[in-house]
Amino acid sequence: MINSQAFFTGLKSLKGARSPAIPLAACFIALGALLKDAGFNIQQSAASSFFTYALPGQLVMAESLLLGASIVNIFIAVWLVNFRLYPLTVSLFPLLEHKSQPKWKYYLSCHFLAVSSWLIAKDTYKKIISKHRIDFWIGIGIGTWSTAVIMTLIGFLIADLLNKEMLIGLAIINPIYFFCMMIGAMKDLATSISVVLGTILGPIIYLITPEWSLLFAGVIGGSVAFVLREENGK
Amino acid sequence: MESNQIIVLAIIATSIATYVSRFMGALTSEKVSVRSKIFKWFDCVAYSILAALLGRMLIFPAGVLANSELIIRLIVFFICIALFILSKKNLVLPTMFSAILLGFLTNI
Repeated sequence: MINSQAFFTGLKSLKGARSPAIPLAACFIALGALLKDAGFNIQQSAASSFFTYALPGQLVMAESLLLGASIVNIFIAVWLVNFRLYPLTVSLFPLLEHKSQPKWKYYLSCHFLAVSSWLIAKDTYKKIISKHRIDFWIGIGIGTWSTAVIMTLIGFLIADLLNKEMLIGLAIINPIYFFCMMIGAMKDLATSISVVLGTILGPIIYLITPEWSLLFAGVIGGSVAFVLREENGK
Repeated sequence: MESNQIIVLAIIATSIATYVSRFMGALTSEKVSVRSKIFKWFDCVAYSILAALLGRMLIFPAGVLANSELIIRLIVFFICIALFILSKKNLVLPTMFSAILLGFLTNI
């Protein structure tokens, strides 16, 4: 059903110098502490990472709850923040497609899609033969997802031991790690332009429309990079 | 409604709102060929969206990071990116150093 060799190769991506375990641990420990502060109990904190597993959306949920927002408003706010997962999935899953693999693997494993797992998969999928890439992806996903859930629990349990400076220190690890990974991924003109424009446009458009800033910045930056790549290719 | 019930409903709403985007992406992927132009466009948009998210996290952070000063976050960012490049793309060194440096500079 699942090729164990490909699965464990994916799972082992949590080890080594390029491991996403450190930034994942740091940000989900901080999230666990924040959820405790927001009035969640331990089961609710774990369930949030188990079923959602998307840090920005979970932050929006916690902050919206503290502000007394309605469930419908929380749904819309989280959907807008996490809509980025749609283009991320479309830019990864065709690379994992194989006729012999059942659809349920794709429909269930899309839950594992996050910045960390996406960057690892994009960086390493070529090492695996196309038939077993989905099993490799499931290995990466199970590893990163379970790390997130466990670290949320740990963050909840040690929340009282963490002071403000420690939490701030933990929170910066996530953007620094992913920025480094993105810079490492800038191996061609299109990716480099996409990353640079996205970084600049994201905060600028946030000043105009916070809810739509990611989408607008992504579509504008990505489209400019795509057009330049096409022209350069010709 | 009790606060516990509101939290459970919020978790359900957040989970559905998140899974919808992932599932729609999986469905769309079935019709997208790796060699097509639309795939290449999605690839550029995905990198740009991620960069926008990270840029926003650094300049306009949510959560505890918002308690630190922008100028300090930018100093930490540039030093750690330089460290990443100088250390031949070692990921552990700049990420660990970023936490120590930000904690230290915030405390001064």
